[in-house]
Amino acid sequence: MFEFIQRFFGKPASSETAKERLRLVLLSDHLSLAPDVVESLKHDLIEVISRYVDVDAANCDVSFEQQEAAVAMLANIPILGMRTRPTPPALPPDPPTPPAAPPNSGRGKRRRRRASPAGANIAAPAPPPAPAPGAPGFSPV
Amino acid sequence: MSARRIVLTSGKGGVGKTTTTANVGAALAKRGHRVVLVDADIGLRNLDLVLGVEKRIVFDLVEVVEGRCQIRQALIKDKRLDNLAILPAAQTRDKTAVTELQFAQLVEQLGELCDYVLIDCPAGIEHGFRNAIAGANEAIVVTTPEVSAIRDADRVIGKLHERGLPLRLIVNRLRPEMVRSGDMLSVDDVTDILSAELLGIVPDDEEVIDTTNRGEPVVLQPESRLAAIYDKIARRLEGEVVPFTTFGAPGFFARIFGKAS
Amino acid sequence: MIEQEAPAASAVPRKRGRAIVVTSGKGGVGKTTTTANLGAALGASGASVVLVDADVGLRNLDIVLGLEARVRHHVLDVLEGSATLDDALVTDKRVPTLRLLAAAQTREKDEVDTAAFRDLIASLRDRFDYVLIDCPAGIEKGFANAIVGADEAIVVCTPEVSAVRDADRVVGLLGDGRSVKLIVNRLRPALVRKGKMLSVDDVNAILRLPLLGVIADAPDVIVSTNKGEPVALDAASPVGEAYRLIAQRVAGTLTGEPEIPREKTFFEKLFGSLR
Repeated sequence: MFEFIQRFFGKPASSETAKERLRLVLLSDHLSLAPDVVESLKHDLIEVISRYVDVDAANCDVSFEQQEAAVAMLANIPILGMRTRPTPPALPPDPPTPPAAPPNSGRGKRRRRRASPAGANIAAPAPPPAPAPGAPGFSPV
Repeated sequence: MSARRIVLTSGKGGVGKTTTTANVGAALAKRGHRVVLVDADIGLRNLDLVLGVEKRIVFDLVEVVEGRCQIRQALIKDKRLDNLAILPAAQTRDKTAVTELQFAQLVEQLGELCDYVLIDCPAGIEHGFRNAIAGANEAIVVTTPEVSAIRDADRVIGKLHERGLPLRLIVNRLRPEMVRSGDMLSVDDVTDILSAELLGIVPDDEEVIDTTNRGEPVVLQPESRLAAIYDKIARRLEGEVVPFTTFGAPGFFARIFGKAS
Repeated sequence: MIEQEAPAASAVPRKRGRAIVVTSGKGGVGKTTTTANLGAALGASGASVVLVDADVGLRNLDIVLGLEARVRHHVLDVLEGSATLDDALVTDKRVPTLRLLAAAQTREKDEVDTAAFRDLIASLRDRFDYVLIDCPAGIEKGFANAIVGADEAIVVCTPEVSAVRDADRVVGLLGDGRSVKLIVNRLRPALVRKGKMLSVDDVNAILRLPLLGVIADAPDVIVSTNKGEPVALDAASPVGEAYRLIAQRVAGTLTGEPEIPREKTFFEKLFGSLR
């Protein structure tokens, strides 16, 4: 009866706590017992990351840490440099100025500045230059 | 034809391997199979005690392996069940007295003499464990629905997978009333966490203490409800599909006057 | 890597703290539960305590204490020099003077260098009032390592024939050089009365050890392990109370023969514990 009242008011049953703790601790145990799986994971991870940045593969480290509510993967991947010099994002266009009262200059037509649609603040960026093949460092060849 | 050689293991001590070995063995013998029980816990033998044959030990497993006697001289025939015999461990040696290869050969030789060899594995995952699984071609993992036992069972299951041994699980000492109140993991929780196939569910029962005191396997007690459960396990081992017992709620009064002590 | 200089090979361990190994022979009788709870009770009374899990490969002291998520390094890391002792020591969530030194989960007991372990225990005695060592089941290398460096032992035994037999073997192996005391665990007074369970006297007629305490079987312990909260910290638990009294005996602040738990009366059964 008391346990029913306890559970009704939100305290979890200890078997639920036990199940969750076991799930995490066994996950942690399994990961530490599968060094070959961890090696493959590390290898694949380095491979994927290397498509974007250059890494110091020899000093990469992947480990798993059990935390209070989860098992987390910790990856320490020293980055040596970027593959290409990155293109900075385009500057936002000037905000639209209110149309000036046209001088009676006889020109007739009012020139209207092309305004961006309301709310947009970045024009579409110019397409990035084609990546230079394989060269490290900041300046594309 | 050679016997089925089943090791009963757990990782954690005290979950009921020896009691289970004795009672599953007795249940199989009652059903007509020839069964040999082997106590692999060299140095801390207890299978003899549980079966009440401790006063009849003349030779032990180590002496067989060392060639100082024949297997048949060391085997102790049970007085209650014709088809049951036990090979006791040595008490004054330790587990390094026998190598894995020697143990495997011993178990194979025993397999020529019977239908089932059940090997009672010591606690742990060291030398004694490695010996005990050396001659086996199947395993039964015994666990209780408790956190430490399940964690250790998980480790053992990993080791058994490494050896390619097929295994099934017995959940021992279940307390249905505690499962209901959320204070104990359920059988489903256990099989989910361990991802193992269930062979049997044995409820906690104080009968076991009393019968062990007397050296009488609970399976041989006429009014024992555990006897029926071990019989089901034996039938499942034979290959029969037997539904698992569901443990219903004991009545209010049973709870006060019955198991509360 | 031990922080202080290793003592000379023939030196007697410096005796500031007490090193007590909790052992049994038989598995599953309550060594780990006892180590955790005795440690918690001693810590709660203000002593500095370190619990060392010597069950390499099958560690459970961390999970009984609810600290499994905080273990980063273990004994073998310290012995092999890949972590310092301070890296490896985990502070308990509830008792600030209690620390855990966990076992390695994926290594083997054979990998522990006995002499190095003994030196580790010696250096822990310099830092803590109590070093409690949780011994694995059995009497193999794990046991041999766990007892080295401890000059006191607590044997935990349940009132069952196999447990008494194994405890007897262990008492023999502990030898004469150590102070050895007994805790009888998981007593069921009603069964003793009906003659279906050994009594404390029956057990001690064989083991003949000074009695530290007797603990009745109770479901609290299962629940406390589920939650990772040692029962010794639960003021309402009779098992917790039993451990607190044992801690007082260990500390020397309580003398006299330990009480044997008695059977529950009709009203206690009907209404549960009166606390």
